[in-house]
Amino acid sequence: MAEQTVNKDIAKEENLVFKKTSVLTDKVMHYCPGCGHGTAHRLIAEVIEEMNIQSECIGITPVGCSVLMYNYLDVDMQEAAHGRAPALATAVKRLMPEKFVFTYQGDGDLAAIGTAETIHAANRGENITIFFINNGIYGMTGGQMAPTTLPNMKSSTSPYGRDVKMMGNPLKMTELVAQLPGTYYVTRQAVHTPKDVRKAKKAIRKAFENQKLERGLSLVEIVSNCNSGWKMTPLQANEWMVENMFPFYPMGDLKVDGEMVK
Amino acid sequence: MKELKLMKGNEAIAEAAIRAGADAYFGYPITPQSEVLEYLMAEKPHERTGMVVLQAESEVAAINMVYGGAACGRKVFTSSSSPGISLKQEGISYIAGSELPCLIVNVVRGGPGLGTIQPSQSDYFQATKGGGHGDYRLIVLAPSSVQEMADFVKLGFDLAFKYRNPAMILTDGAIGQMMEKVWLEEQQPRMTEFPEWATTGKKPGKERNIITSLDLDSAMQEKFNLKIQEKYREMEENEVRYETFECDDAEYLLVAYGTSARICQKSVQLAREKGIKVGLLRPQTLFPFPKKKISEMASQVKGILSVEMSAGQMVEDIKLSVEGKVKVGHFGRMGGIIHSAEEIVTALEQKIIGG
Ligand SMILES: Cc1ncc(C[n+]2csc(CCOP(=O)(O)OP(=O)(O)O)c2C)c(N)n1
Ligand code: SF4
Repeated sequence: MAEQTVNKDIAKEENLVFKKTSVLTDKVMHYCPGCGHGTAHRLIAEVIEEMNIQSECIGITPVGCSVLMYNYLDVDMQEAAHGRAPALATAVKRLMPEKFVFTYQGDGDLAAIGTAETIHAANRGENITIFFINNGIYGMTGGQMAPTTLPNMKSSTSPYGRDVKMMGNPLKMTELVAQLPGTYYVTRQAVHTPKDVRKAKKAIRKAFENQKLERGLSLVEIVSNCNSGWKMTPLQANEWMVENMFPFYPMGDLKVDGEMVK
Repeated sequence: MKELKLMKGNEAIAEAAIRAGADAYFGYPITPQSEVLEYLMAEKPHERTGMVVLQAESEVAAINMVYGGAACGRKVFTSSSSPGISLKQEGISYIAGSELPCLIVNVVRGGPGLGTIQPSQSDYFQATKGGGHGDYRLIVLAPSSVQEMADFVKLGFDLAFKYRNPAMILTDGAIGQMMEKVWLEEQQPRMTEFPEWATTGKKPGKERNIITSLDLDSAMQEKFNLKIQEKYREMEENEVRYETFECDDAEYLLVAYGTSARICQKSVQLAREKGIKVGLLRPQTLFPFPKKKISEMASQVKGILSVEMSAGQMVEDIKLSVEGKVKVGHFGRMGGIIHSAEEIVTALEQKIIGG
């Protein structure tokens, strides 16, 4: 192999335009190429670095594709049982109110098996941050129908498409949670374009900063893709997401500073 | 200074926990143990010691709050009764699988299903054999008085932290509801320093702490299993606790814990009045089980009767300890019925002495 040469005139601190945040470890992520989980992790890590709260953060990972998030984020982390992250976070925050406590959960984790924990943590106004990655499917277990799966959308357990008469309607958890008096900030974002990434990062920062105000729970939904589960290329998956997921799960803030957005 | 009070067993648990310096309690109401949460709410431990008390939305949430709190290295506990403890099993398995200390109180009522609200000992298997999924054990303490309800709270926390393993107080509705005098320990301060494994925020220059029960590498997962099995063997070596009553000259032995053991004391007296030399062995730890002592007693006596408010659960552990040396039988009432001292003597005569 040819030895790599570094142009010392260019490789200077002041010329650096991008640097991986130190809050991400060097471990190679296991996500499918094109998956939104990796980008969402990076944004959370960048915000933690920028706010200088690495030593004050406790994160709770879900059961789902992001179960191993603790391998990638260099902060203290706990791995919850499927759906129960908000219960763990409740205890952590009440025992250490001065720390920044967040959960990171998929749509199966947060909106199916963990519905009760999500609603009650939100309704109690727990002063925590929830990151909710909605890809409309159970990624980890191989693409089964989730509560968020769209009407007529195919999955391995709705192979002819989600028949709402038989399988019920998709659940808009974020809209539900925004109604509760215990939530302070509820927003829906995406991470598939640079523009959306910038917006999502602002939302993530606000959701962390809110913990200092002690006014209640902040939830950031990120509508994301699951190209493997959807059986598409990464590009197709993003296009399909914009065409089909966004009309059903519209982007933007639902509740800001405790007030519903009209 | 120690303080003498008249209290219900459930209240004694709550008060002893505050005094032991517990950091948090998470629970959900269920008869016959709701007094634990009620007492804690009325006592405002937040003002006394800064302890957190929260009524969760379910037993599932409560045990997962315990999981989160335990992962921060705090002294946390929960209590419930049989159906609620069944709901907690997934969480308990995670706590054991993450090697975290905590205290769980089961004030047992009769089952299966919704069963009855009357006392029972039918959750012995669930408590001592793991309860949830996977090869794990709980440290199981079995109080037979209100005094022991209080004492075992501190003991449970101490053992849980010593072994990084959940401990359970396995009691029943009778002891939970009954009032007795109890000496309470003086207030201990809450911890101000936490174990090095606790997730309290990554310390600069140190590795982050991760609390998880997951290892996708089977070789590593087996290694972990061997490690916790080693821990359970250590408990069997060092933590067995029991009491004996009239055992020195005994020709027959009753083995009973909790409420059954209290009644058996009377049965021993009644039998001895009839000229039958009976002793009682009362395990205070159900895991680790007093195997060695029972094996020893099996060389001394002609027969052993296990007395439990169940269809016969502990009797299996007695048989394993006795290894066929003498006859072992079971007597017990079920569904919330408490046996009488006379019934037990009759059962001893029929099943062990005459049978
Ligand atoms: C109690 C329990 N039930 C079921 C599972 C299996 N399971 C693992 S992940 C998962 C769904 C994950 O889907 P989601 O939360 O949408 O996350 P994603 O993988 O899509 O990121 C399920 C059902 C489990 N681990 N535990
Ligand atoms: S299965 Fe789906 S959610 Fe999981 S890593 Fe792959 S693309 Fe992402």
